Amino acid sequence: MRREPPRTIADYAPLVFPALMLIVFFVIPFSTMIAVSFFQRDQAGFYTPTFTLDNYERFLSAFFGGVLGFSIMLAVLVAVVCVAVAFPFTYLLARSSRRVQTVWLVAILSVLSLSEVIIGFAWSTLFSRTAGITNLLVAVGLMSEPQALLPGFGAVLTGMVYQALPYTILVLYPALVRLDPTLLEAARTLGASPARAFLNVVVPALRNTIVATLIMVFVFALGSYLLPQLLGRPQHWTLSVLITDQAIYQSNMPFAAAMAVFLVLMSLALVGLTLMIGGRREASA
Amino acid sequence: MSGLELQDISKRFGNFTAVDNVRLSVPHGTFVCMLGPSGCGKTTLLRMIAGLEEPSSGRVVLDGGDLTPVPTHKRNLGMVFQSLALFPHLNVGENIAYPLRIRGVDRGAQKKRVDELLAMIHLTGYGDRPVSKLSGGQRQRVAIARALAISPKLFLLDEPLSALDAKLREAMQVELRQLQQQLGITTIVVTHDQREAMTMADLVVVMGEGRIRQAAPPIEIYRRPADAFVADFIGSTNLLDVEADGAGRATVLGRAVPGLEMPSGKNKGVISVRPEDVHLTAPAEGTVAGKVTFVRDLGGTIETFVEAEGKTIVAVTTPRERTGFSAGDPVGIVLPRENCVVLDA
Amino acid sequence: MSARLLKGTAFLVVALFLIGPLVVVAGVSINEKQALTFPPQGFSLAWYGQIFTDPGWRAALIASLTLAASSAALAVLIALPLAWFLWRRIAPWANVFQLLGVAPFILPPVITALGFLTFWATVGAYGQPWTAAISHAIFFVTLPLVTLSLGFNSIDRSLVEAASTMGADDRTVLRTVVLPLILPYLVSGFAFAFVLSLNEYIVAYMTVGFTMETLPIKIFNALRYGYTPTMASVSIFFVALAAIIFGLIARFGNLRKLLGAMSGDEK
Repeated sequence: MRREPPRTIADYAPLVFPALMLIVFFVIPFSTMIAVSFFQRDQAGFYTPTFTLDNYERFLSAFFGGVLGFSIMLAVLVAVVCVAVAFPFTYLLARSSRRVQTVWLVAILSVLSLSEVIIGFAWSTLFSRTAGITNLLVAVGLMSEPQALLPGFGAVLTGMVYQALPYTILVLYPALVRLDPTLLEAARTLGASPARAFLNVVVPALRNTIVATLIMVFVFALGSYLLPQLLGRPQHWTLSVLITDQAIYQSNMPFAAAMAVFLVLMSLALVGLTLMIGGRREASA
Repeated sequence: MSGLELQDISKRFGNFTAVDNVRLSVPHGTFVCMLGPSGCGKTTLLRMIAGLEEPSSGRVVLDGGDLTPVPTHKRNLGMVFQSLALFPHLNVGENIAYPLRIRGVDRGAQKKRVDELLAMIHLTGYGDRPVSKLSGGQRQRVAIARALAISPKLFLLDEPLSALDAKLREAMQVELRQLQQQLGITTIVVTHDQREAMTMADLVVVMGEGRIRQAAPPIEIYRRPADAFVADFIGSTNLLDVEADGAGRATVLGRAVPGLEMPSGKNKGVISVRPEDVHLTAPAEGTVAGKVTFVRDLGGTIETFVEAEGKTIVAVTTPRERTGFSAGDPVGIVLPRENCVVLDA
Repeated sequence: MSARLLKGTAFLVVALFLIGPLVVVAGVSINEKQALTFPPQGFSLAWYGQIFTDPGWRAALIASLTLAASSAALAVLIALPLAWFLWRRIAPWANVFQLLGVAPFILPPVITALGFLTFWATVGAYGQPWTAAISHAIFFVTLPLVTLSLGFNSIDRSLVEAASTMGADDRTVLRTVVLPLILPYLVSGFAFAFVLSLNEYIVAYMTVGFTMETLPIKIFNALRYGYTPTMASVSIFFVALAAIIFGLIARFGNLRKLLGAMSGDEK
């Protein structure tokens, strides 16, 4: 069984089902969405097929500009916080015994797979007046009476960091666990303290990984659609929330689609950037 | 005829010719070692015999039948891979039984044959162990037993011993040779280790740059190398320029070697003299004058490096015939005519 | 010594952050009364019983499990032949399909969800339970595709060649060598897709949100329209389920390798 190019029609057989499924249920829906973004909204049903740029024009207003700006700012903040916490943590994790690593990975995967609904619920409980963390502070005498910590920007940011942190750790894990330990040992023999060696050797060696991870977490955070709703006020709503809101509650699919197309283009551009950075790293390695 | 014949086999990958017009006939029951530096095409040639690569041209013929169009799985051969390729999801017994199982041999017969083979490789009772629990040498033997399970006509091994440490490797070489003689099976081993080839083979095939440089019994390869490449690759040697002087006598290091003849029609060439054939004496008439530059005493042998006529010549002696030279001493070099092999340069 | 202390502190802080909200939810879930209070007042496991006895919650649980199992199975069925083909054949253009398989997972989920919403609405199948299964299968096909590609690439090709020298044709090699070796990766791929589908909200909501309640949808609705501690018990139930499934993968497979560590490195 040599690895060789397919020769007969039969050789292509395994590809038929996956290709069909992916084209029919991903490429076509995606194209449909793009098409719908140029359609006219229909009060009675969903939409009527025409060609209009109204949906995009509407998007150019100050309000949506503000939402876009806020979404990007929030996602950048989440990405920076996550990488800042996850990088040293993952570095320490990758230097731990296999057993410790495995236990942590199970825990991290379990949190990663948590529904955004559950994360929202958990943090809204933790930040609530009746069942929140402030009760603990009251109990130890640091506060006089419990209070609610939400809704607010801090709550949204905390929830989103909680959601994105396991993802960040898992994105960083392969690079850090494969990092050549002799690199660090060499630095140590040359007189660098562990902290210096980390800052002077590990961080620069993985600079591209860090940038790529920042972008991936940024895109991940852009996709958060429930936490800003559950933990924030309307001014904390992001583009993803607005898309959901327009599609489901305002029944304005064409406008939702236009926003989605915009979000895709932005995400794609960033993913492309990530791949380019990754490609350059491969090439220079 | 009975045996394996390679008829003008070539293999090209794009512009690169890995195997270049190889022709070889191997009588039935012969133990062949294909020897050469890495990238010389020996593994590619073996893989073509196994059907794992398709020759660009030429034929593989076994016992008179053309094997070239036959797919690997119908060639009924036994092969041991460099990585051994033991199946990690099967235990020792299941690994050995694999070729029997897929041929639909009934369970009782499978078990009987596996027990026979385990006894043959001195691993009786190991059948239920996982492969991962075996030592390197044991895995090696399991891979060999598995390849021999169907009593193939052709037994192929690709660098089979390269993963073992030196001691174990030498023991396995002897074991493998004995096993082959006992079974009388045509065997082809690819190796880059010339000691291994000398130990095991009836026929050594030295390959270089995709071509067969020489195919001969080991001692002939050593004593009568066909060219400088073979002489240099097999053992160590002194390669010295030889020239015919006006009188037609062959001169080496500026001195005529009495009785040494140049091949007809040539007046320039290279000779190979093995280090153990170089004699060192006190400087005297009739010898080449040189100076000892370095002496390496390895205990079992002593290597003396001598500089003469701008060349470095190595002489090897045993401690018994210790010459007592040390670095800086002037010496006389004698090259016995019968040990000088004139090569095609 | 200080390095060890630093490491211990870092691990503790991250652990507290990750587990804190879950502790609070767990505390809430054992409240005796139907009140959102922490520390819990009284102790009761009744809210866990509710998941299985209350018809609404039980229906949601069954819907979620059915959806997760069928979509994960479908995802594996799509990923397996694709990963096999990419490993078996030299066909660079076929990587397009790998890209298509990974894209839904990388794009913001709202987009994929909206794509499905417009698609199912356009073809007139909006709200049918099976549309959610297909949507989730496509959404999560990335996971089995990645684990299976990793699995195929970890097969030493000399194993396959060895099998053929011993008389196995392509089909036999597939059955006796490739499939047994790929099985752990297939199971992990299924498990990853299963757990994530179980927890997925937005795609399920946009495809079948008005006709069917999965557990995340039900929790969300409860969050909006009326609190019940059952939400908390379901959340804890889900975390436990995920931890058990990933724990099993770690126990019987090589989780570190699946997540990107080199296979052979010993620590």
